Amino acid sequence: MTEIFGVPTQALFGQLLIGLINGSFYALLSLGLAVIFGLLNIINFTHGAQYMMGAFAAYFLLNKLGLNYWWALVLAPLAVGATGVIVERLMLSRLYKLDHLYGLLLTFGLALIIQGAFRHEYGSAGLPYSIPEILSGGTNLGFMFLPKYRAWVIVASLAVCVGTWFVIERTKLGAYLRAATENPAMVQAFGVNVPRMITLTYGFGVALAGLAGVMAAPIYQVNPLMGADTIIVVFAVVVIGGMGSIMGAVITGFGLGVIEGLTKVFYPEASNTVIFVIMAIVLMIRPQGLFGSR
Amino acid sequence: MNFKRKVLSAAAMLALTAGAAQAQISGNVVKIGVLNDQSSLYADLSGQGSVLAAKMAIEDFGAAKKGIKTEVIFADHQNKADVGSQIANKWYDAEGVDVIVDTPNSGVALAVNQITKDKKKAFLVSGAATADLSGKACSPNTLHWTYDTWMLANGTGNAIVKTGGDSWFFLTADYAFGHALERDTEAVVLKTGGKVLGKVRHPLNTQDFSSFLLQAQASKAKIVGLANAGGDTTNAIKQASEFGIVKGGQNLAGLLVFLTDVHALGLEKAQGLIFTESWYWDLNDASRAWTKRFAAANGGKYPTMVHAGVYSAVLHYLKAVAATKTDDGTKVIAEMKKLPTDDPLFGKGTVRADGRKVHPAYLVEVKKPSESKGPYDYYKVRATIPADQAFRPMAEGGCPLVAAK
Repeated sequence: MTEIFGVPTQALFGQLLIGLINGSFYALLSLGLAVIFGLLNIINFTHGAQYMMGAFAAYFLLNKLGLNYWWALVLAPLAVGATGVIVERLMLSRLYKLDHLYGLLLTFGLALIIQGAFRHEYGSAGLPYSIPEILSGGTNLGFMFLPKYRAWVIVASLAVCVGTWFVIERTKLGAYLRAATENPAMVQAFGVNVPRMITLTYGFGVALAGLAGVMAAPIYQVNPLMGADTIIVVFAVVVIGGMGSIMGAVITGFGLGVIEGLTKVFYPEASNTVIFVIMAIVLMIRPQGLFGSR
Repeated sequence: MNFKRKVLSAAAMLALTAGAAQAQISGNVVKIGVLNDQSSLYADLSGQGSVLAAKMAIEDFGAAKKGIKTEVIFADHQNKADVGSQIANKWYDAEGVDVIVDTPNSGVALAVNQITKDKKKAFLVSGAATADLSGKACSPNTLHWTYDTWMLANGTGNAIVKTGGDSWFFLTADYAFGHALERDTEAVVLKTGGKVLGKVRHPLNTQDFSSFLLQAQASKAKIVGLANAGGDTTNAIKQASEFGIVKGGQNLAGLLVFLTDVHALGLEKAQGLIFTESWYWDLNDASRAWTKRFAAANGGKYPTMVHAGVYSAVLHYLKAVAATKTDDGTKVIAEMKKLPTDDPLFGKGTVRADGRKVHPAYLVEVKKPSESKGPYDYYKVRATIPADQAFRPMAEGGCPLVAAK
C-alpha cells in the first residue's frame, strides 16, 4: 500500500472526504453569518444559539408533533427564522445607527440567555435524534465507509450555498439588497421598503443557521451547547474568508474543514487549534481576509 | 455615628471569631463548596445534582439537630484547571470554605488536590477519575470516593478481554483523565494477554469523531476503547453506529459511561454496552428510596454514581466533624480514615490510608429497549466485583503516604 508521510493513501482519501463533510457545516453556518454581516453590518453572535435552536426544533417536531426529519428540514428553519425576525424588529433595528460593538454585545448576550435557558430546561448531556430511515446505512467506497447521511449533508449544503450565492450576486432581488446596504436612502427613494428587506435578510440568515442545526441533529447530540462549541470556529472561518464575502465564507468553510480533517490524522491533539493558527497567520498577512475587499 | 457603628461591628466580629476558635469550627459554620462543571459536558453527571446530594447528606445527618451549622455553596470550574484553582484559593482564603467536594475533570481535581494540601483543608473527590489521586498524587487532605480509572479499567478491561476482545484501539480524551484511563486499561489488556494496536488522542469536548473513528476502523482492532467521558463518549458512540463500526465486526468499549450518557443516547443506540460503575440507582431498596427523593428534587432526573458518591462522602465527613468537634481539614480526613463508613447507598465500607474509599464495583450491561420497564431502567448487573478486588492494591499505587509508613 502506498503511503504519504506514513499514512496510507486510502486513509488519507477518507480523511479528505470527512473534512469536506465537516466543512459543509462550517460553510453553511459561515454563509449565514456572511449574509448578515455583508448586508446588515451586524456581527451576529446569536448564530450558534440559532443553530442549536434548529436542532431542538427538529427534536420537538419529531417528539411532540410526530413530524419527521423532512418536515423538520422545512419547518425548523422557518420557525427559527421567525424568531430571528422578531429579534431584528424588537431589538437589532434600534442599533443600526450605533457602533458595531453594540450589535455584537446584544447578540452575544442573547446567545448566552438562550443557551442558558435551554440548558436549564434540558440539561447538558443532550437529547437523542436518529438518522432518517432512508438515509441510514452507507456504502463502502473501497477506501472508506461513507454513511449515506454524510453524503446527503455535502450535497444539500453545497446546493444551499450555491443557491444563496446566486440569489445575492446574480438576481435582481440580490441587487436591491446590495444596493440597500450601500445607500439605503437612495433605494428607499426608488420605492423599495428597505427596513422590511433588512428584516427578512436577517430572518433568512438565521434560518440558514436553523437549517444547519436540523442537518446536525442526527449526527451530533441535540445539545444546548452544540452552538457555543461550533460558533467560535465558524467565526474564525468568516474572519479568514473575509467578513461579508459570501463566496469567501463558503470556500473557506470547505477548505478549513479539510485542513482540520487532515490535522486529525497527522497531529490530532492540535485539531481544534489549527483553525485559529491559520486565522492568526491570515490576519498578519492579509488583514481583510482571503476574499475580503477592504 | 457612622464611625462608631463601624467600630462596634468590628468589635463584634472579633468576638465572634474568638468564640469560633474555641469551638474549633472555623467561622462557626461547616462550609461545603461543591466545585464542578455546572454548564458544559459534565454538568448533567455532576452539576446541580451534586449540590442537591450534598444538601441531602446534611439533612439526613441531622446536622442542625446536632448543633452543627452548615452551608453549601457551589461554583462552575468550566473544566479549566486555572479557573478551578482560582475558585479553590478564593474559597479557602476569603470565604471560609472548609471542604471542597465532587470536582469532575481530573485536570482540575489534581490542581485542587495540591491547593487543598498546601492549605491543610479537605477535598472529597467524587467526580474525577484519575487513580493518581490515591497514587502518586495522594495527600493527607484528599479522599477519592466513588470510582477511579484503575477500577474502570480492571472491571471493564478484564471482562472484555476474557470474552475474546483481545486487540484494542483507544480513542482518548487528551488530558489527565483520558491519559490515566488509557494507561490503566492498556495495562490490564497487556496483562491478560491482549494487545494494543493503536491510539488517537482527541481534544476534550470534540463534536465530530468521524476522523478518529475511521482511524479506529482502519486499525482492524476488535475493540475500540473509549477513554473519554460525558458528551465525548455519547458523540463517539452515536457516530460509531453511523460509520458501521459495530456492524463491521468491531465492538465498542465505553470505559467510563454514566447513567446520564445512556439516557442521552437512548437505549436503541446504547444497548449491549458493557462498562463498570460503582453505584446504580436500582441496586436495592435503600438506593431506590434515596433515588426517589433525589429525582423528585431534581426535576425527575435520576442520580449518577457521582451524585451518590457526593452524598456518601459528605455524610461521612459530617460524622467525622461531629466526632472530632473540629473542621480542621487534616484532622477530619484522618478521622474519616479511622471511622468505618456506613450509608444507605454504598453500605458498609472503609477508607484506606492512601485516601481510597473502597466498596464493590458492578459490571453492567445496557438493556435492550424491550427489556426496559420504566424511566431510567437501563442496566443489567452482570457481575459484582467485591470491594477487596475492585480497587488497585495500596502497595501498587506508589502513594508516598503509605510508603513512608
